[in-house]
Amino acid sequence: MHIPDGLLNIPTQVGTSAVTVGALYYSLRRTGQSLQDRQIPLLGVTAAFVFAAQLINFPVFGGTSGHLIGGTLSAVILGPWAAVITMSTVIVIQALLFQDGGITALGANLLNMAVITPLIGYYLHRAGAAVSGRKWWRTAALFVASMVSVMASAAAASVELALSGTIPLKVVLLPMLGWHVLIGAGEGIITTIILGYLLQVRSDLVQGGVK
Amino acid sequence: MALERKKVYIALLIAVAVVFLVPLASQSPDGLERVAIDKGFSDQAKEAGSQAPLAGYMFPGLDNSAFGQIAAGLIGVLVIVALFGVWERITRACRLQGQGKGGPQERKF
Repeated sequence: MHIPDGLLNIPTQVGTSAVTVGALYYSLRRTGQSLQDRQIPLLGVTAAFVFAAQLINFPVFGGTSGHLIGGTLSAVILGPWAAVITMSTVIVIQALLFQDGGITALGANLLNMAVITPLIGYYLHRAGAAVSGRKWWRTAALFVASMVSVMASAAAASVELALSGTIPLKVVLLPMLGWHVLIGAGEGIITTIILGYLLQVRSDLVQGGVK
Repeated sequence: MALERKKVYIALLIAVAVVFLVPLASQSPDGLERVAIDKGFSDQAKEAGSQAPLAGYMFPGLDNSAFGQIAAGLIGVLVIVALFGVWERITRACRLQGQGKGGPQERKF
């Protein structure tokens, strides 16, 4: 869902960048208070895995593909604020080194994929897990949280495109949400499989996992 | 949530293994590209003035080969690992310095 250069106008670029910088500043402060250097390797391997997983597009339907974003996955393992940092690292590297997502759209892409997905995914999962501790319920909550995080990201991208005058919101929003229901389902499946395994073997590693 | 060194390497090996799957990845447009094509705004997308070094997740000179994709992906993983490695070193150095001055965070390895 990386927005390329040329689709966002300057006010949208500035606005999304401002929100992103604020979110990054807050995330760094929050993790700076609680993070110990021994935990940084876990952040690094999570970021490396998310980067690798984002390379693997899976076909969804009708000649369209999607890939894991990994925001919810990262947030449940690392906590939401550390996840904002690891996801941001991935998105910045993708833009600078691989030209995936425009440089002028970097603020928007960070907001959509590195800020919105971990926060929505984390808090939705936590709210769901607070209702019941049953295993199937927690798995379902994680699936829904991952899926909704992707859809929220797609909605944000739609709003940014509409604010830029690229395409009216009523034209872009429904197709974006429609495709990202499917891509989000893929996100949900991958996230629940990986976290299900991780919770079984190393539940101590999983910060946001409600035990 | 600290991870032992050995486990860090195992986790990294998994990330590297995932990179090797990239030749199998779907080449179809993603959700946003699909909507951009269908709704007719994909041609407004611009290429940046200068090419990124590994644009399109391809190692330059290894055009469209599986090897070029894997090489580019591995470099990405390497850069991320290096960034976090540097961050860890700096944070540890700061903590050890703080300890020397009787800082509050006392920790043994």
